[in-house]
Amino acid sequence: MTPLFLRNILNPGDKMSLLTCENLTLAYNNVPVIKSLDFTVKQGDYLCIVGENGSGKSTLVKALLGLKKPSEGSIEFAKDLTQKEIGYLPQHKDTNNDFPASVWEVVLSGCLNQRGWKPFYSKSQKSMALENIRKLDIEHIKNKSFRELSGGQQQRVLLARALCATKKLLLLDEPVAGLDPVVTTQLYNIIKEINNEGITVVMVSHDISASVKYASHILHINNQEKFFGTSYDYQHSELGHAFLCGCDCHKEEHGHE
Amino acid sequence: MSELIEMLSFPFMQKAIIAGALVALCAALLGVSLVLKRYSMIGDGLSHVGFGALALAAVLNATPLLIAIPVVIVAAFLLLRIKDSSKIKGDAAIAVISTGALAIGVLLVSLSNSGNVDLTNYMFGSILAMTDSDVWLSIILSIVVLAVYIILYGKIFAVTFDETFAKATGVKTNAYNTVLSVLTAVTIVLGMRLMGAMLISALIIFPPLTSMRVFRSFRSVVISSAVVAVVNLVAGIILSYFLGLPTGACIVCVNIVALLIFSLIGKIKN
Repeated sequence: MTPLFLRNILNPGDKMSLLTCENLTLAYNNVPVIKSLDFTVKQGDYLCIVGENGSGKSTLVKALLGLKKPSEGSIEFAKDLTQKEIGYLPQHKDTNNDFPASVWEVVLSGCLNQRGWKPFYSKSQKSMALENIRKLDIEHIKNKSFRELSGGQQQRVLLARALCATKKLLLLDEPVAGLDPVVTTQLYNIIKEINNEGITVVMVSHDISASVKYASHILHINNQEKFFGTSYDYQHSELGHAFLCGCDCHKEEHGHE
Repeated sequence: MSELIEMLSFPFMQKAIIAGALVALCAALLGVSLVLKRYSMIGDGLSHVGFGALALAAVLNATPLLIAIPVVIVAAFLLLRIKDSSKIKGDAAIAVISTGALAIGVLLVSLSNSGNVDLTNYMFGSILAMTDSDVWLSIILSIVVLAVYIILYGKIFAVTFDETFAKATGVKTNAYNTVLSVLTAVTIVLGMRLMGAMLISALIIFPPLTSMRVFRSFRSVVISSAVVAVVNLVAGIILSYFLGLPTGACIVCVNIVALLIFSLIGKIKN
């Protein structure tokens, strides 16, 4: 067997595209937030969507989840992937902190999209939930209440739920926002591991330096497409350079203080 | 003991206890979702609309439930819309609708003063108000609510816990919100006769809030709410019978005591 990365280099067309956006325009009350976006996500990719506040990232997430209809253009999914088979991890929120729900109940609710009209979860769905709980190393808090967990633990639980909902595509919306640096690195490593196991990852992020470090592809938007390509090309593009340098220079300044 | 048996031998007490317990059970189950979704005030708003509708029925000399149930269901749709729309502030709109309906109701009752309409009965309920048809409607309603809860339990959890995620995984959240509010509307109208328009939303809010003091998983909160609601209701009715005090107020007071006890247990457990 040739290793996956070699196969991709030798035969780049080999990978199946999971998700294709063509001329995608999203608008609120006829005012476009994102104009004519073109990009493709292929199986096994790790795509980071970056851009400033108000660049239309959250709107794009809504569209990918099917919560917002495109005003122009289209979002096409691969034949064996439907919109409701996307595993979604929302931003970390401090609200809703009095909600009584055990970790087990939250993770299991990720299997809902496979259940259809059946009133109960099947054995295989329960064992899948348990498997994902083990994968994210949260078995020891399985019966704890979600509201009593730390921010990092809550994100792990929600990631386990997202994994229950998908076998192919994870969509993460600023998963590390508000988390401390150690927990952030842990979460990034877990996401990378999941990606290495073959699940495609699409992540919206503020964190440009982590994005180029972990992702295979970068989509930079600012109400329109500024860059789409591999992470390597992005780092060597003028835009990527300016953006990354902005971060590095900022860091250096801090270093001098 | 013999007094208790004597009390239970009165047909009006049997009706009040059966219908009341079933309505309390439904209110508590629906209440878990309403309280957690921050929809508690909708229950309160609907009860005031229900008061207005009952007054209207009295003026028109119509069967109260035939007027009240459809009016309150329509109001439930409206209130949900308002909650969803960002242009009107939901809490202010609910206050406008509930005080408006209450005022219209009071005027209608005053205008129809020729008959034997008793304002306080509508406001604070009466143990004598439960009729045979109320008992039957309560039985049917509770079967529907229980069935909906058991069949849709997973989806109700998902919609209550994280609506965006539920929507993204293909759950029709709007449909579930509508089902919840229609069932709430019917529950409120049925419970209003016993509890009164001013007090009925206590049945929705108290049991879930009480259970959440102690229990930490959704399932245990749901089960506890159902048990707490029925026990409190029966205890409240018995108390009101022996003390000769208004039923609705007694039931709410028992709920207050239960809330305090559960809060204490929750504090000790932590």
